[in-house]
Amino acid sequence: MQETINATQSLVTLDVALPGIIWGGIITINMWAKSIGTGVIIVGAYLLFRHKKEQMPNYRWLIPLIAFIALNVFLLFTLIDLHQPYRMINIFLHPHFTSAITVGAWIASLFTLLVSVMLIIGLASGFPDVLRHNGVAKKLRGSESLYDKLSPIVLFLAFPVTLYTAIIMAESSARELWQAPTELTQMFLAALIAGAATLLLFSAKWSDAVKKDITLVLIFAVTFSFLIYMGEYFFSFKSSEAEATLAYIHLGGTYSIQFWVAMILGYILPFFLGILSIKENTKSVAKVAAVSALIGLYLAKDVWLKIPQLLPLS
Amino acid sequence: MKLGFLVDLHLCMGCKGCEVACKVENEVPLSSWRLRVKYLDRGVFPDTSRSFTPLRCNHCENAPCERICPVSALHYLDNGIVNIDNERCIGCAGCMMACPYGAIYMDPETNTADKCTYCAHRVEGGLLPACVVACPVEANIFGDIEDDTSHISQYIMAHKGNVQVRKPEKHTNPKHYYVGGGTSSLDPLAHERIEGYGLFNNITHLKTNGDPHHGIIDRFLAPFKSHEKDNKSFMQSDKTEKGGH
Repeated sequence: MQETINATQSLVTLDVALPGIIWGGIITINMWAKSIGTGVIIVGAYLLFRHKKEQMPNYRWLIPLIAFIALNVFLLFTLIDLHQPYRMINIFLHPHFTSAITVGAWIASLFTLLVSVMLIIGLASGFPDVLRHNGVAKKLRGSESLYDKLSPIVLFLAFPVTLYTAIIMAESSARELWQAPTELTQMFLAALIAGAATLLLFSAKWSDAVKKDITLVLIFAVTFSFLIYMGEYFFSFKSSEAEATLAYIHLGGTYSIQFWVAMILGYILPFFLGILSIKENTKSVAKVAAVSALIGLYLAKDVWLKIPQLLPLS
Repeated sequence: MKLGFLVDLHLCMGCKGCEVACKVENEVPLSSWRLRVKYLDRGVFPDTSRSFTPLRCNHCENAPCERICPVSALHYLDNGIVNIDNERCIGCAGCMMACPYGAIYMDPETNTADKCTYCAHRVEGGLLPACVVACPVEANIFGDIEDDTSHISQYIMAHKGNVQVRKPEKHTNPKHYYVGGGTSSLDPLAHERIEGYGLFNNITHLKTNGDPHHGIIDRFLAPFKSHEKDNKSFMQSDKTEKGGH
């Protein structure tokens, strides 16, 4: 109403420069890598529940290895985004537990530590010829029971590590788009997409039945995630601030092209390619779906992270 | 005691005296502002009017910045001021994401978050905030809002029904009030902000937050290097861009 008639037209004619995008690409990589790190653990546990170990011969070191690499990328990008990286230690020395950043950092650190222990045991057992006569390696090879005890704890921790970023976003009162209740679900689905897609790329030695199951997880996750995006975009009740934010992905908006490329690459294409790969039993198509989903997921996360920061707050 | 702030927008004439006083008192670096005065033009020529809105930290009772700060660098003082300890700040910018008023900035010299503290250092010594002292028309009123006899409480009572806060729907309980503000002054969605040169200046966004000459690697090397604190880097950059020395 305000801008529709001349008498109420209102225009800023003098102001200082406002901050642009504060959390940018570094945070996108942080979230994307974390989704892979936790996703492989969650999807891996589901596969272990459904299939025999023999169908996934290198499971015990492959899953912790992927998770370890992805989690270290996530932690590295968390660190380099800080303007005072050495003061990261203050999160442990002066913790403020109302902050999801603090709680997340503590849980993610513990999670990464446990994944590292599982990786060391998994590698020692998976490659028995390496350091065959080394005392430490022998001891690690005999620690299979520790690996089995850590597995459920790591699986349990994978959920809060996946979800805490959604709580940081919920605490970001200035960005109403992130405060949508769907954010928590989207974060979980992102982990399923990233986990399933990554496992599709590295599961060459696993049985066809397992690969089919991973593809089904990918299809399920991209379908629901896409439906939530569309629901939020077209149909849901939105605050005026969230509505104004979504204007950046409307036709002609700054991030319109990136958003729709993300939807096609990350969700629509993997859905159809996934179905095709199951129907025709073609593994290469499933791998294309996986790569497409990982690229699309990154682009979608990037758009959703940046657009609320474009809105002037004052 | 709960300290609060009130700006009577009927009185404010946009002289920016408060903005300058704040900059000087708190040595706020170039490209950063703890307090700024926004000009807003309404209507269409010849039926136009101009209003001025000073904007600063709202010192919320339920401050999202305090809640999200992972190391308690942002904290409440007993007098209600939301203070910041930039020796503890890790520069995660969580507070900048949480503050609905855009009142927090990344100091380009210290690479830590900073904001208006109602001049807590002056208040502690019994002085008024610098912006209050500088205002030529006494549009800035500062005092204890829990004391019914204080000037600010009396002012709020005298103007009840016309006292507003910014974004009340955020439930932050700001302790910064406006008299004579309209929706277009206080709600950023109710006015247009067109990028590029406007009537007075270039309405734009900062290219970087924090030190523009301090990349990711520099942040890690910073403790091992001396760091000048005199805005020289900005001035050199400005000269270089213009091709002169």
